[in-house]
Amino acid sequence: MSILVIAEHDNNSLKAETLKTVAAAQKVGSDITLLVAGFNCQAVVEAAAKVNGVGKVLACDNAAYEHQLAENISLLVTEVASDYEHIFATALTTGKNFMPRVAALLDVAQISDIIDVESSDTFVRPIYAGNAIATVQSLDSKKVITVRTTGFDAVASDGNAEIINLDIVTDAGISSHVSDELTVSERPDLGAASVVISGGRGMQNGDNFKLLDGIADKLGAAIGASRAAVDAGFVPNDMQVGQTGKIVAPDLYIAVGISGAIQHLAGMKDSKVIVAINKDPEAPIFQVADYGIVADLFDALPELESKL
Amino acid sequence: MKVLVPIKRVIDYNVKVRVKPDHSNVDLANTKMAINPFCEIAVEEAVRLKEAGIATEVIAISIGDKSCQEQLRTALALGADRAIQIDTNENLDALNIAKLLQKVVEEEQPQLVILGKQSIDSDNNQTGQMLAALTGMPQGTFASVVKVEGDKVNVTREIDGGLQTLALNLPAIVTTDLRLNEPRYASLPNIMKAKRKPLDVKAAADFGIDLSARTKLLKVTPPAERQAGIVVESIDELVEKLKNEAKVIS
Repeated sequence: MSILVIAEHDNNSLKAETLKTVAAAQKVGSDITLLVAGFNCQAVVEAAAKVNGVGKVLACDNAAYEHQLAENISLLVTEVASDYEHIFATALTTGKNFMPRVAALLDVAQISDIIDVESSDTFVRPIYAGNAIATVQSLDSKKVITVRTTGFDAVASDGNAEIINLDIVTDAGISSHVSDELTVSERPDLGAASVVISGGRGMQNGDNFKLLDGIADKLGAAIGASRAAVDAGFVPNDMQVGQTGKIVAPDLYIAVGISGAIQHLAGMKDSKVIVAINKDPEAPIFQVADYGIVADLFDALPELESKL
Repeated sequence: MKVLVPIKRVIDYNVKVRVKPDHSNVDLANTKMAINPFCEIAVEEAVRLKEAGIATEVIAISIGDKSCQEQLRTALALGADRAIQIDTNENLDALNIAKLLQKVVEEEQPQLVILGKQSIDSDNNQTGQMLAALTGMPQGTFASVVKVEGDKVNVTREIDGGLQTLALNLPAIVTTDLRLNEPRYASLPNIMKAKRKPLDVKAAADFGIDLSARTKLLKVTPPAERQAGIVVESIDELVEKLKNEAKVIS
């Protein structure tokens, strides 16, 4: 069973989530090829060749793929796909963007956001914000899959795969990149951090999110937010943890001033240890927290920072 | 220009869904239903384009049984001009939904199709991208800003780590993220007016598309329940527990 995994990267480095997507692919079979499509992405290709369990790396280096435009990437993947029964991508914003386009071009369904593999055609995925878990069988000859990486442990990076350069340029010519505005942060990525501290509506305003900084510094944590905090305009949407934001499962998740709506729980309830700080003892977040403290966050945060 | 807005009837986002005891699916009997929140944002964006003089007509469309007419009426009350229901009792895969929408796009020739980025029931996040593939149109997914400029639309997208702006040739597909706009409330006069707006019903079977299922739902189970832990009395106790009991900090 040959499997194509599409590498997630920014032309400079391979995203750690790809190692988890490969782990998911390994539950289907062992003949795994990694596709790196990008521009001036040699460093990514080299990192991809080291990913354990990968036999071949297909490298496609062209300006058409610099910004992972779905129109161009999907044409490339569709062309390469003929040799593979399974196509895997990571369920991050890049994979979520181009993979359904690949599936439709191949005239097959996509199974989104899988958290487990039952067999080569049967996959497990959360639905209804994780309030139900569906086991779904694909009836198509080709399986197009996106992987929610919190369900899988990363493979190691001590392999040595063969690199094959592809000279395929698929430029649809109907879309172009204008600009990126990326958040510059010294902190780890939300998806990769082992500790995440998130603020909710209880933070009251964006300035108060600074109260989380010192704790995040001490713990090496990423900072997240609930949808309520994003909706209220406290912080940008790329910090949102939840059903329609980022899905995280760190070793430690600290929820500050977050009531615990089902949409938020969907994004963090697989965390190993959950701490809730909330002044409302009835807040639903306490029902999923391992350790809760009923306190005013404006007292609790400075004290926590000083005692870490 | 015409704007087409496909919408979906889903469980109300405040309602917690229950799994059926036989694990065949979730139980939606007597559950409060609503327009999918991202679809509502899509309707609002289309109506704002019309109010700005860019769109000339906003057409809402939904695929499902008769009950989805309720959500189409909501879209009409929010400002859509007319509605189309594609009637089916089947729970269609996203690919088949996209194929039906493709036929409507061919017929209506909209310059812009605005959809929600995902529905909060199946959480697939597929239909817009699939429709873009089938129609050969460019796609601006997870949009937080949509600006039509001449024969292009500039879409600012919510991506991991920040924002990305793309320029797409029209006609194009846009899927909405939550910060694109804040949908209005339908006023009572507009709700009354919506009842008289045209709503066409077409049978899914009449489109001549193979709509056979591409996936099979084998079972639906409740998620593993997380046990509530303990409430600590002080920050000192919390830090002590995290260090010595949970061992997640040092």
